[in-house]
Amino acid sequence: MSADQHKEPYYVDARRLLCPLPVIRAQDAVAKLSTGDRVVVTSTDPGAKADIPAWCRINGHEVLDIVEQDNEIIITVQVNHGQ
Amino acid sequence: MKQQRKAVALISGGLDSMLAVKVIQEQGIHVEGINFFTGFCVEGHTHAVRKKHQDKQKRNNALWVAEQLGIKLHIVDVVEEYKDILLNPAHGYGKNVNPCLDCKTFMVKKAVQWIKEHDFDFIVTGEVVGQRPMSQRRETMPVVARESGGNDLLVRPLSAKQLPETLPEREGWLDREKLYDFNGRTRKPQMALAAKFGFKDYAQPAGGCCMLTDENYAVKLQDMWHHRPSRDYELDDIIMLKMGRHFRLAPHLKLIIGREEGENRFMQGYKNQFMSIYPTSHPGALCLVDGEFKSDEERDQALALVARYSQGKNDPQVNLVIRQSTGEEQEYSISPMLPDNINKDWLI
Repeated sequence: MSADQHKEPYYVDARRLLCPLPVIRAQDAVAKLSTGDRVVVTSTDPGAKADIPAWCRINGHEVLDIVEQDNEIIITVQVNHGQ
Repeated sequence: MKQQRKAVALISGGLDSMLAVKVIQEQGIHVEGINFFTGFCVEGHTHAVRKKHQDKQKRNNALWVAEQLGIKLHIVDVVEEYKDILLNPAHGYGKNVNPCLDCKTFMVKKAVQWIKEHDFDFIVTGEVVGQRPMSQRRETMPVVARESGGNDLLVRPLSAKQLPETLPEREGWLDREKLYDFNGRTRKPQMALAAKFGFKDYAQPAGGCCMLTDENYAVKLQDMWHHRPSRDYELDDIIMLKMGRHFRLAPHLKLIIGREEGENRFMQGYKNQFMSIYPTSHPGALCLVDGEFKSDEERDQALALVARYSQGKNDPQVNLVIRQSTGEEQEYSISPMLPDNINKDWLI
């Protein structure tokens, strides 16, 4: 694993999408990235606060940060595809 | 060394698929879940938006079930492909506008494709013989297996003993004796099995996660189809059918009036797609206009109705703005519509 913290994160705009689309958009982004890459998902669906971390837990990825501002939820995920 | 067999299970988030996975896991099979997003899943939409439902637990039941079972879950967006299933169901509709049998067949077919792409061995569903009036009857369950191409790779662990032996059973990957023979609409066997596995918290009712089975939703969908040149739809259309009160003022004109703050806020995101109306002199609901005003009378009728859903409903005048989707705005002053003047036939 070679996490590159200086690499620009991949941004996912999931605003106006409702559950489970923010999860699907995050999942599709993660599938294209490598272990150690970061994905920043911006959602307006409060359900994303529970769903994206749940999806990360069951699939082995790590939630680094959850920030709420101006009715938006910004979740940073670090990709971990395992071995 | 014995080969580790792998199955993918259709996870709805209900109890039956949860039990089916557990039964298969107990036989040493590696299971992962798959969940298809058609756009009509109940758990998105309203609960996420409406403040009234803020007390309800915000969780996606399919994700929650996967976490309880310790399995991966793959959520697949099938909104586009699903349109043809809904619009042209070969086997017709079940309750309301639910294309039940075609829907199940479609999902199993997608799972067949998935196991080929991911080198999995078979498919698991939580179907129970006789549980549902259309897709889960003794006569129709083989139809799903055959038309999906799942054939003998489709295992229904809760009713396996009621059905022909599948390949995983014949090959000895699964012990048929440890599968079940549930049959009929009773939920008691599922409850008992849930208790045996120690499942105390699970979504009810099983499978009741599709808006297409909901009568109020179906009426709005049929109204939309009836008043458009084509039955084709976009995801935004089917989400908007869950938002607000819908008033059909004329064949070419529908108003969607927010019911509360959460919906109003969500509907704000559609102001560049729809003409909208909102009060400026009083707090009140946002209205999205699906269609056009063909006369000043129609415009004033819409303004008066929106004024009725503002806090100025008992005042002589309410000021409102009509905003075009392009951003131009014009302000009006109008008397709120009296309750007796609201035509009951307008409300869809």
